[in-house]
Amino acid sequence: MPKIIFNHPDGTSETVEAKAGTSVMLAALTSGVDGIEAECGGSCMCATCHVYIDEAWLDRLPKVQILEDEMLDDTAAERASNSRLSCQIEMTEDLDGLIVTLPDMQI
Amino acid sequence: MTEATAGLVVIGGSHAGHQIAIAARNAGYEKPVTILSDEDTAPYQRPPLSKAYLLGKVDAEALLFRPVAYYEGQGIDLRLGAPAISIDRPGKTVTTAAGEAIPYEKLALATGARVREIPIPGADLPGVHYIRTLADIDGVAAELDRVETVLVVGGGFIGLEAAAALRVLGKKVLVVEALDRLMARGVGQTISDYFADYHRAQGVDLRLSTGVQALTGGERLSGARLGDGSEVQAELAIIGIGVLPNEELASAAGLDCDNGVLVDQFGTTSDPDIFAAGDCTRFVHPFTGEPVRLESVQNASDQARTVGAAIAGKPSAYDAAPWFWSDQFDLKLQMVGLTQGHDREVLIGSQAENAFSVFYFGGETWLGADSVNRAGDHMAARRLYQQRYPLTEAELRENADNLKGLVKALRKG
Ligand SMILES: Cc1cc2nc3c(=O)[nH]c(=O)nc-3n(C[C@H](O)[C@H](O)[C@H](O)COP(=O)(O)OP(=O)(O)OC[C@H]3O[C@@H](n4cnc5c(N)ncnc54)[C@H](O)[C@@H]3O)c2cc1C
Ligand code: FES
Repeated sequence: MPKIIFNHPDGTSETVEAKAGTSVMLAALTSGVDGIEAECGGSCMCATCHVYIDEAWLDRLPKVQILEDEMLDDTAAERASNSRLSCQIEMTEDLDGLIVTLPDMQI
Repeated sequence: MTEATAGLVVIGGSHAGHQIAIAARNAGYEKPVTILSDEDTAPYQRPPLSKAYLLGKVDAEALLFRPVAYYEGQGIDLRLGAPAISIDRPGKTVTTAAGEAIPYEKLALATGARVREIPIPGADLPGVHYIRTLADIDGVAAELDRVETVLVVGGGFIGLEAAAALRVLGKKVLVVEALDRLMARGVGQTISDYFADYHRAQGVDLRLSTGVQALTGGERLSGARLGDGSEVQAELAIIGIGVLPNEELASAAGLDCDNGVLVDQFGTTSDPDIFAAGDCTRFVHPFTGEPVRLESVQNASDQARTVGAAIAGKPSAYDAAPWFWSDQFDLKLQMVGLTQGHDREVLIGSQAENAFSVFYFGGETWLGADSVNRAGDHMAARRLYQQRYPLTEAELRENADNLKGLVKALRKG
């Protein structure tokens, strides 16, 4: 199963295994990684699943769609060029080792 | 008597209940926290039940807000299959169905809502379903293989989402709605008409201004008699005619209730040590000044956070813009504001291209907006609404292609 490395704002990090086909958001929640709210359950309605993607991985992710782009303007922590909504990133074997950093707030 | 330290007891473990517990912990509440849930599943998301879950796109595990271990880690005692049956306010205890009296210092009610049952003959036939819980939708799913025709009673959000999903799954779907338009409580005429056309174009047999006299069948459902006397076939029925607030526990304990447990802007009930959040509450909405009972994830989550913070001694008044969404076929309907009572609808975008928004006005006051496949409009509207921006019709029309510009101007100003 592909792995995801979550870096927390306090400098700690956790590695979790994700089922291919599930979103990064879900992988975090089902593994008990803190720092993602995902209030709307992945409907791209809440922007509380915001993460920063490690630059090296950015281009390997599926492109930001209009809906996600709009929602990213409404994140609690500031949007950066590597901001994504983790519910919109589906894990694949190719993304094994994906590194994401969690923001210091989601609400 | 038990010597356990009295802490926070939360009744109900869904959107609001689990969030109250987590929010209280996050805000620094250190005493014991117990969630009493009458369901057997750890807190899970309801919206996907009639959408992705019914379509088989996500499994039950994916619906959980958090894994069970998370609650343990937070020092939250999550008790499943543990209904609360009474509240003793003088003694400050909650009694569970198992007969245990749990002491509380603060109590939070997150008992939500239950489906309104349809009072017609045949309503208890096997094959007749409601959709509120995971168990409900699993009951529907278990029958789908041998079902070809489905009757959906009620053209509200949940009924229409189920209708769309079942249509996508290849079922013959008939929707009957007693009113003359769809989703009448939530959206205006333009959106109602548009969705009616869309459902019909997708092959849904939609009958407006039509009630159901009886559900018919022998051992199980096989059809229905509609309001006009006509008989239709249906092997499965989904009843979506609204919900009722679970306020009985509160009213039996003498708390003020009136179509919902009444709370103030901090989620406090008429007892200062008892709070409530989510679908079970009614309150004066900060954006309209009118009492409302909302049935939405937004309200359940935001009100729960308000309650959690108040319980942890960090009260901050509820001031969240209402928003809601619905997925039907490939349409994403996004709503902001409380638009009932509008007298004018202003359309921007293009219905022909299936991407448009309707802004609602009552007199000169802008009340909110519904967007179909126009996420940009929705987000701009949400930000303007949250800022209580007095949008005018002229300004809307002028900026129809760039509502974001208004938001930017607002942020600078
Ligand atoms: C199929 C479906 C689709 C939906 N889609 C959307 C959507 O797209 N967007 C949106 O914003 N909203 C949607 N909603 C509405 C949303 O799910 C609700 O607003 C939300 O669930 C409210 O949360 P709540 O915690 O207040 O109440 P509930 O979810 O009703 O939870 C209350 C819980 O308390 C339990 N309980 C009640 N009494 C007791 C007791 N005495 N002891 C112990 N436990 C008790 C109940 O069994 C229940 O588990 C949908 C709802 C459904 C059913
Ligand atoms: S979970 Fe709500 S936008 Fe991702």
